[in-house]
Amino acid sequence: MRYSGFRVIKEALTGHKGWTPAWREPEPKPAYDVIIIGGGGHGLATAYYLAKEFGQKNIAVIEKGWIGGGNVGRNTTIIRSNYLLDGNEPFYEFSLKLWEGLEQDFNYNAMVSQRGILNLFHSDAQRDAFIRRGNAMILNGADADLLSTEQIKARYPFLNTDDARFPIKGGLAQHRGGTVRHDAVAWGYARGADQHGVDIIQNCEVTGFKIENGKCLGVETTKGFIGAGKVACAVAGSSSRLMSHAGMRLPMESHVLQAFVSEGLKPVLPGVITFGAGHFYVSQSDKGGLVFGGDIDGYNSYAQRGNLPVVEDVCEGGMAIFPAFGRARLLRMWGGIMDMSMDGSPIIDKTHIDGLLFNGGWCYGGFKATPASGFCYAHLIARDAPHPHASAYRFDRFEKGLMIDEKGMGNQPNLH
Amino acid sequence: MTQVNRLQGGQIDRSQSLSFTFDGKRMTGHPGDTLASALLANGVRLMGRSFKYHRPRGVLTAGSEEPNAIVELREGARQEPNTRATTAELFDGLVARSQNRLGSLRFDLLAVNDRLSNFLTAGFYYKTFMWPAAFWEKIYEPIIRKAAGLGSLSLQDDPDVYDKGFLHCDLLIIGAGPSGLAAALTAGRAGADVILCDEDFRIGGRLNSETFAIGDASGADWAAATLAELSSLPNVRVMARTTVIGAFDHGIYGAVERTGDHLLAPKPGKPRQVLWRIYSKQALLAAGATERPIAFENNDRPGIMLASAMRSYANRFATTAGARSVIFTNNDDGHRTAADLRAKGAQVAAVVDVRDNAPHSDDFEVIKGAQVINSAGRLGLRSVTVRAADGTIRRINCEALGVSGGWNPNVHLTCHMRGRPQWDNALAAFVPGGDLPPGMQVIGAAQGDLSTAGALRSGAQAAAQALDLQTSPIDLPQAEDAPVNVTPFWYVQGASRAWLDQQNDVTVKDVKLSHQEGFRSVEHLKRYTTLGMATDQGKTSNMGGLAIMAELAGKSIPEVGTTIFRPPYTPTAIGVLAGRHRGKHFHPTRLTPSHHWAKEQGAVFVEVGNWLRAQWFPQPGETHWRQSVDREVLATRQSVGVCDVTTLGKIDVQGTDAAAFLNKVYCNGFAKLPVGKTRYGLMLREDGIAMDDGTAARLAEDHFVVTTTTANALGVYRHMEFVHQCLCPDMDVQMISTTEAWAQYAVAGPNARKLLQKIVDPAFDISNEGFPFMACGNITVCGGLRARLFRISFSGELAYEIAVPSMYGDALIRRLMDAGKEYDVTPYGTEALGVMRIEKGHAAGNELNGTTTALNLGMGRMVSTTKDSIGSVLSARSGLNQSDALNLVGLIPVNHADAVPAGAHLMNADGPVNAQHDQGYVTSAAFSPNLGHAIGLALVKNGAARMGETLRLVSPLTGVETRVTIASAHFIDPKGDRLRA
Amino acid sequence: MLINHPLLGPRDAAEFTYLGDASLIDRPDWQAPDAAQAFVEYGYMRDNPAGWHRELWFHEAGDRSWLVVTRNTLTHEISNVELARDVARARGRSK
Repeated sequence: MRYSGFRVIKEALTGHKGWTPAWREPEPKPAYDVIIIGGGGHGLATAYYLAKEFGQKNIAVIEKGWIGGGNVGRNTTIIRSNYLLDGNEPFYEFSLKLWEGLEQDFNYNAMVSQRGILNLFHSDAQRDAFIRRGNAMILNGADADLLSTEQIKARYPFLNTDDARFPIKGGLAQHRGGTVRHDAVAWGYARGADQHGVDIIQNCEVTGFKIENGKCLGVETTKGFIGAGKVACAVAGSSSRLMSHAGMRLPMESHVLQAFVSEGLKPVLPGVITFGAGHFYVSQSDKGGLVFGGDIDGYNSYAQRGNLPVVEDVCEGGMAIFPAFGRARLLRMWGGIMDMSMDGSPIIDKTHIDGLLFNGGWCYGGFKATPASGFCYAHLIARDAPHPHASAYRFDRFEKGLMIDEKGMGNQPNLH
Repeated sequence: MTQVNRLQGGQIDRSQSLSFTFDGKRMTGHPGDTLASALLANGVRLMGRSFKYHRPRGVLTAGSEEPNAIVELREGARQEPNTRATTAELFDGLVARSQNRLGSLRFDLLAVNDRLSNFLTAGFYYKTFMWPAAFWEKIYEPIIRKAAGLGSLSLQDDPDVYDKGFLHCDLLIIGAGPSGLAAALTAGRAGADVILCDEDFRIGGRLNSETFAIGDASGADWAAATLAELSSLPNVRVMARTTVIGAFDHGIYGAVERTGDHLLAPKPGKPRQVLWRIYSKQALLAAGATERPIAFENNDRPGIMLASAMRSYANRFATTAGARSVIFTNNDDGHRTAADLRAKGAQVAAVVDVRDNAPHSDDFEVIKGAQVINSAGRLGLRSVTVRAADGTIRRINCEALGVSGGWNPNVHLTCHMRGRPQWDNALAAFVPGGDLPPGMQVIGAAQGDLSTAGALRSGAQAAAQALDLQTSPIDLPQAEDAPVNVTPFWYVQGASRAWLDQQNDVTVKDVKLSHQEGFRSVEHLKRYTTLGMATDQGKTSNMGGLAIMAELAGKSIPEVGTTIFRPPYTPTAIGVLAGRHRGKHFHPTRLTPSHHWAKEQGAVFVEVGNWLRAQWFPQPGETHWRQSVDREVLATRQSVGVCDVTTLGKIDVQGTDAAAFLNKVYCNGFAKLPVGKTRYGLMLREDGIAMDDGTAARLAEDHFVVTTTTANALGVYRHMEFVHQCLCPDMDVQMISTTEAWAQYAVAGPNARKLLQKIVDPAFDISNEGFPFMACGNITVCGGLRARLFRISFSGELAYEIAVPSMYGDALIRRLMDAGKEYDVTPYGTEALGVMRIEKGHAAGNELNGTTTALNLGMGRMVSTTKDSIGSVLSARSGLNQSDALNLVGLIPVNHADAVPAGAHLMNADGPVNAQHDQGYVTSAAFSPNLGHAIGLALVKNGAARMGETLRLVSPLTGVETRVTIASAHFIDPKGDRLRA
Repeated sequence: MLINHPLLGPRDAAEFTYLGDASLIDRPDWQAPDAAQAFVEYGYMRDNPAGWHRELWFHEAGDRSWLVVTRNTLTHEISNVELARDVARARGRSK
């Protein structure tokens, strides 16, 4: 079924009887050409592009819970491509370009809103670093704009510039950045993949891999064994748990990142804004909630919940730049498991086991990468070679000393 | 306006009148009222509009679970959107406005959405607004955003202050209803440290809303007497107006006390709210239960509320939504409301009970086996339509309808650590599961003990159990002990526009559509329809949605499951979570010992981490910062300058293995450094990347003083302790950070020695022979003051750093300035410091950016391969040693008038300009007053081998393009004659 | 969270700084023939278990001890806290 305004009107006038399920609920077949483990944003996008762009048939996405229930369903919805390093920027810019045409491509309104993202800076050294980054963005074909404090004040007049502990000296803006309705991304990809024949199998947990003579032949699941030509993992924070079934250790730790939303408010924030001297970033959803976050709690965790000190730290950052937010109320907080990699950058690569592929290490930034991650992973699965934009995301980069460390924090995941 | 709907009795203080306004209309109420009860008393039922369809709404509840009656409270900078009228305590001068309307509350133009509701079903926006793509940001989204949202922020700075505090107790009791009070009494009399919190301003919970007796007294009187006793116990802290917002790890609870919200403004100097972090050994959750509605067509009109709320308004607040009431119930509890209303003299038109075996009453009509199937009244309820057991339809005029669908225990806090509630068939509700937060027990209605006697009993028992008491110190009074008699009934069959989530306008029809479209998991249901995502967090709506989804899916409710309850328990002001950490107090401010002196000199300060450092010292006549900085640089290089370098990290390292230890943490050798000498050291991270640089001065065989950069002072210390305690625990070495213990000044320039000789005590020979370059030692100055002197130079001049105990820092800078007058001594700030280090080619934070290796920094040969030091093995990886690795070089503009901006990228002179052909980037840049043109430091691919090559410098972000020549980074005195002079 | 410091008793986690897996104590021998590979494993590869995890915390706002905390990453329950130097010695580290 194709969605359109016309269809909405027609259904409204005929009792909404014609709407069909957005995706089927199939039972697993005995075997597939490709099994994707993980029905999150990346897994569903991979299936969608595999089927649509790379002509693969006979694909299944296996999800242990409900699709879109991981980080794609619990993030702060930001898209951007304001990266510094050669290994990253072309990939994220590719992703942003895919976002720009996504809704028409998969016929689902994911509310891609290019309302702009602004990173504030507070010192000369920070400005120099942002200029270097902005130049890298432009040299990679992305957009970047250096804004003065006055320009920023014009857009955010209630920003604290009078009484600030760390004065705002300007900001680096990416006007093409913005927000996307996160759940709709999972649903749009799921629906699109389903329409291309992908079996989406929910409530089916992978409990092991069948590996013989160095080749992966399929997966053991709570619904029995399912054979596969290739098995592609995309389970983010659960990566270490899953890959341990294949005897692998990974260069990553799982950490909790909390995020927050306020009660609904009439529009106050036109775009996304990031505080450079504290842990705080915020945007306002179309429904009116201030959607904000900050730093990870900082210790290994699979608990999907955090603790008060970080809640307070984030709100302190918020009040530091927006003292008017004191009277807005925090409505809900939640936590997700972040697959924090050792250099802060992801991995999209084959493993040493034939037919077993891996996608993970997205840290707290996987949402914006969803389209490119899916596309590049599909490329790797279908063509057996990395996509040019994801060619740096290899396992062996740590052995070779080719880390992609945007923040320069080294091999300590909780600092990225 | 008079209080037309005021009943007799209640817990309001009629001796005082409080004046307030709602939408500009002046009314009066009494102490003890909430805004909602006062509005009802004044005959106001219409209090708000719903989120999507802008339907007229009144109160649904009498508590914090309220979805409908939310208002903008207060004016000006204190304007507070989305405030629940049902919990806002009335005060004299209160100002409230209705919100989320276009036009007046009565004639809201956006109510047109209600007419279009058939087009605006769940998730309709996912299916349209896609063409043309550019229209989303420009047209569709702005319209949606403007229509959405609820209340407004004033966008003025919040004028109130918020505090934070810490409390510790043996037993935290959350909720001061019958179970919480019984528990507090038990624990309090046993001498335990008890904290009893309740979100309400009146202690007692439901006891204040019910007419039951406890022992010989009314419930409310028993609560008051119990409160009096608890308040007299020094070991019990009773905290009203305090919401426990979340359960966190290891017995830590967050609680918000609203100390100023019941006042026109907080008392001067007092906070509006306080965030308490409560550390409890044990906790009892006595959060009570929330009544749930029944969905039927048009069940959202003002005047329709929960039956228990009706009882609260009648018994506690002495008011009612209208003269004539109807009750719609599926359980015995609903009949209580009718009885209580009658007792208050209010008229009860009928009790509509879905059960065929409903109890009979002599006081009011009970329509058994019947259902309310519709309601009428545009801005407030006028009548309900009832379908009797035999199918006959009856219309009953009424202004108020109380709905009772059974009770849901408030299990929220039991789930904050990912516990899951379990289904109780007898109650037809979820009760706490087995996986509670460690140390928590649940009592009273929150546990499913819905009778008063049961609540008292469970509270006393749980407290005794938590404290391991052998005998209970309290005798439980007699109280009502009625069994629960409920027949699950969620919605009237055939109902379509029957509201489940009243705020977000989610109806039975939407849940059905969600199921039809495959959004069947509870999380999909929630996200697709927005059920339970409103400011009431689904407290009154979730169960209805679950029940309908279960029915559609052919599953039981527990099979469908629930969404996860997350903190906060009720929405919490962002201000209180931040506390005092705002404005200038966001982070602490660290001042150097010369700060006050520098301020007297008119210095301009700059934030360096949390430090404030003098950036430059403007002199009369200087109008541009460059004039000041150029003067400071030239004066230093020509005579002598002084700079406060206290902020550099200082680590005192002592022990017989101190040298061996430093040999381990620095990549270059330290084992053989002689006593009295200083050495530059580069520390690597274990991954082979440069972590920090500084100096280590050997003051004695077993005593070093290590300096770090300002930014890394803490991290380097932590790292050194790691290396010691975790990697070489048997090394005899101790270390301590002494950054703040010593005031340290750089004294630099050709006259530096002459100046220092005037203050260093004569016993110490600091001549070039007696104290050569890189010497260090303990000395005394100014006639016996102990000091440390290091002959090290960041500026490239003859230079020293002199340190005295911090308390003498101010005196020393004044003495240096005084003694230096004959040399025109010049104080210089961080800008001049930066210019001189760039002129000298020293790496600093911009170069040590966490991605550079010793090789990149031109110090590759410093990494010793003949010893074990942190980072040496991984620094040898191939990717870090490629032939085109970045090298630190100097840059000179081809046209000397051009700037060399930091952050610019470098391209080959005639090659393409894009990321694929990037040759490197400018890390640091300055105008060199000594050379008369701009200079830069840059990391350039294979730069060391490209001296003299011209590159294209591009900064498309700032619109700069120029040409630069690669040069040695040592622009000044490359041979180092000056430092050794 | 509360960390029960073996010398100082229960302390709020805010006093501590977290590093990571306690296997960081087991730094390889720099002269071993496989040192290059061993350091890559040591520096980058982690078990990252969902369950009990031995991990390093630094009592930064306290006595500056490094501690080995045994904590469950699913529940955050802490079962044991040791001084890292004791653990390091027990694992054969000396000078």
